[in-house]
Amino acid sequence: MPVKASSIKVGDVHEEVVCNDLSRTQIVQYAGTSGDYNPLHTDEVFATKIAGYPTAFAHGMLTMGMTGKMLTNWLGDGRLTKFGVRFVSQVFPGDTLTAKATVKEIRQENGGPVVDLELSTVNQEGKEVVTGQASARLDP
Amino acid sequence: MPVERFPVEAGHIMLFARSVGDANQIYYDENYAKGTEPGGIIAPPTFVQASAQFDPDYGLRPKIGQKWFGSGANPTGSNVPPVDEPEQQRAGGGSGLHAEQHYEYHRHLKPGDVLRSVSRPGESWEREGRRAGKLIFSESITEYYDQNNELVITARSVGVRTERPVQQD
Repeated sequence: MPVKASSIKVGDVHEEVVCNDLSRTQIVQYAGTSGDYNPLHTDEVFATKIAGYPTAFAHGMLTMGMTGKMLTNWLGDGRLTKFGVRFVSQVFPGDTLTAKATVKEIRQENGGPVVDLELSTVNQEGKEVVTGQASARLDP
Repeated sequence: MPVERFPVEAGHIMLFARSVGDANQIYYDENYAKGTEPGGIIAPPTFVQASAQFDPDYGLRPKIGQKWFGSGANPTGSNVPPVDEPEQQRAGGGSGLHAEQHYEYHRHLKPGDVLRSVSRPGESWEREGRRAGKLIFSESITEYYDQNNELVITARSVGVRTERPVQQD
């Protein structure tokens, strides 16, 4: 279900709730698939007593992955050409995240339309946890 | 983290998609995937990060027969701070954290691809942070090549080492 260039315009916002009440188990799942077993993310004793954090927190890359899900659900499979993020705040167990994309520009590249997006993923308090940019191929 | 051989496998893609809560059938159902534009299973956009699984020296995976720095009987399983790890991977109070990640897709990955990667350091810089003291940033650029030596993904990663744990607002 790729998006047609004519169906979107600069300033349009698309958003999706990409996780609801993030569980510690999902963080464990992500550690297992990504291979990043940093105990900061899954080991409450280590995260609090050794590292000095209030609780274990999610991998930044898990939030990027969930933000990517919003993009592929909206723009279609295999359409992304660029995707980049900054991790601005930590994501903790229990967080509910909404990923948003704002259309900045629609332009031509290699003979086809491409959209440039600004990204912002926020938690249940509206606090930004990830910001970023993405570009994707559209249908003419 | 350069990796010599990262075989992209269907089962790994399915598990990875589950772990980011992505129910898209293109990540696990071959018959469904045949009818999509890519024409087969592909990997989600951040899957390439799982190349860490295939890096024999990756510092954030327990190694058989070696002490691990997470908790066991004691809050930390090792008395030795993990100082010999690359800056970006160091964990602990005043630790290494991931600051940015950027991907450029030349094509999307599919099961059967066998990747290798080459990494080079990028820029490094410092600034005073509001919530974690002095911040030291370092960038690394990783290029992933497929079995035909075609560049498939260019990744730019920024790690940050903080002076102290990040304060919560």
